[in-house]
Amino acid sequence: MSAAAGGISAADRLGSVTTGSALELRGVTKLFGALAAISDVTMTVAPGERRAVLGSNGAGKTTLFNCVTGDFLPTSGAIRLFGEDVTRFPAHERIRRGLRRTYQISLLFGGLSVADNVYLACRGVNRNRFSLLRPRPSDPLLTRAEELIEAVHLTQARARLVSELSYGQQRQLEIALALAGAPRLILFDEPAAGLSPTERAELVAILGNLPPHVGFIIIEHDMDVALRVATKVTMLHNGRVFKEGTPAEIEDDPEVQELYLGDGTHGHG
Amino acid sequence: MALTDQARAPAPQPGSGFGVFSRVPGAWWATGFILLLMPLVAGNFWLFQVFGWSFCLGIIALSLMFLAGYGGMVSLVQMTVAVLAGYVVAILGNSGVEQISVGLSWWLYVPLAILIATGFATLVGALAVRTEGIYTIMITLAIASAFFYFTRQNYGIFNGYSGFNLVVPPRLFGVDWRQPTAFYYLSLGGAAVCYAAVVYVSRSPFGLALQGVRDNPRRMASLGFNVTAHRIAAYAFAGVVAAIGGILLVWQTSQVAPYSGGIAAVIDILIIAVVGGIRRPIGAFVGAFIFVLLSTFSPDVLSAFGLSNERFKLVIGVGFLVVVFFSPDGALGLWERWRARRRSAVDPLTGKAVAGGGP
Ligand SMILES: Nc1ncnc2c1ncn2[C@@H]1O[C@H](COP(=O)(O)OP(=O)(O)O)[C@@H](O)[C@H]1O
Ligand SMILES: [Mg+2]
Repeated sequence: MSAAAGGISAADRLGSVTTGSALELRGVTKLFGALAAISDVTMTVAPGERRAVLGSNGAGKTTLFNCVTGDFLPTSGAIRLFGEDVTRFPAHERIRRGLRRTYQISLLFGGLSVADNVYLACRGVNRNRFSLLRPRPSDPLLTRAEELIEAVHLTQARARLVSELSYGQQRQLEIALALAGAPRLILFDEPAAGLSPTERAELVAILGNLPPHVGFIIIEHDMDVALRVATKVTMLHNGRVFKEGTPAEIEDDPEVQELYLGDGTHGHG
Repeated sequence: MALTDQARAPAPQPGSGFGVFSRVPGAWWATGFILLLMPLVAGNFWLFQVFGWSFCLGIIALSLMFLAGYGGMVSLVQMTVAVLAGYVVAILGNSGVEQISVGLSWWLYVPLAILIATGFATLVGALAVRTEGIYTIMITLAIASAFFYFTRQNYGIFNGYSGFNLVVPPRLFGVDWRQPTAFYYLSLGGAAVCYAAVVYVSRSPFGLALQGVRDNPRRMASLGFNVTAHRIAAYAFAGVVAAIGGILLVWQTSQVAPYSGGIAAVIDILIIAVVGGIRRPIGAFVGAFIFVLLSTFSPDVLSAFGLSNERFKLVIGVGFLVVVFFSPDGALGLWERWRARRRSAVDPLTGKAVAGGGP
């Protein structure tokens, strides 16, 4: 980065302190061939804000997350994270700035134990990722990993290989990985999909217990879950922002009802 | 069980650093004991030609096991890295080719050989890590062949087709380290150090992250890891191991020439690692021992049946096929399944077959 660009981004970072946005998307578009998975998405999420993203299958919700985390680079548009332009940053650089995510389809380390998975997550956002020395029993990251395992109720399964876990347990582990380190903004991609009602209630409790400075964006088909944990809702439709408002506004919006809530047959993906 | 426990048992506690000795199963103590006392019973041929050679090849195969088993990267360049280390030893140290060999002392040329070979391995890694699966195999094989042809055509440094002979270990502490018993202990020591290092590192943050990269590179990036850098670092670490194996190997054979790193030799390392079991470090040595036994004794057996003793490669090839077909986890996998079946016969209640070393 040139000195000039560095100066600008430093100034912007200062600006962001005053405007205080955790995430800022400006005209983000992602094309897959001719298909615009998302087009011209502009939205702002404040620090500590809890946002739900709704939309039918194929609306572009997951693609939006992939662009924010850097799993894919957007075709056009700009992404600012905590005031910093991260549009061209690789995923790991964005994560190191406090962004976290879970995946709609669990992406875990099947050949490692639960404890190792969580330890890796803690290690990934800390120093000494390349250390050849085994962690000492007093390593604070080990303690932190144990806390996270307990927070998602996996203490019983801590020594088991992830490939041997049940579906629900894998979903819980997904969440533990996203809570590692000091997250500032977490993207949850359909965390409740496939969970039993009890597990859903647990999930809502986990989300509710996050410290207030930790914001999140949750993609959720289950309106009960989404509207209970979110303070603001963004609706996507065909890759575009269709509506934005409080849960009450969204629920009462006739257009939204017609499109998404009304028929009651919206897909679960 | 003893063999698998080493890989699985410490899993619950990434942090356990002490109490190492109490966690080492009895079978390991027994194996160590037998290996240490081997010179009391084994003859020179066995010590030098069978065990010595097995340890050298085992170390090189171990470097491949590290990359493939922990990192999911099948590199065919490990033998080339080893041979390069051997060349550096011959060029910077002493050999029969006096007009080229520089004649530095061992405490200079040994570290330099490791350094140069590791540098080369890192460079190869930087090229190869952007590829996946079959392409990694192809690019590393291409580099290995390029190195082979380069050494064969370069006379100024690598002495072309004939390479170097009379490359022997230094006389240290009044010991001739090429004498069978001494070399046995030297190569055993090298093997033990490399093995222990790989086992230890596999549970370090770096080793765990490498296994994470193997299982799921995309998730590793979204945990904050620089996947590319991790893969390159794995090539560097494996390069150190391969270089140590290469130095011992050049001392064992006392020569290094282009064919030392030819395609056949390169493939042999892959066969050794796969036959032994590519998921656990000990597999490399099991595979090397099987390979050395076959290549040492199958010519005799074959000629007893009136076949050309050149056919021993056929025996190894068929053995390779059988292992890949019946036990993707190599000889270790076969052994475990046999143990599991025996255990289930003893105790039908807990007769659940033990899985291999993970997926
Ligand atoms: N990697 C990809 N390659 C090609 N098309 C994709 C890819 N990922 C998503 N899409 C397409 O983009 C559109 C939006 O997908 P997605 O973001 O997964 O929707 P949602 O998560 O809202 O269900 C879909 O039409 C999907 O087929
Ligand atoms: Mg989706």
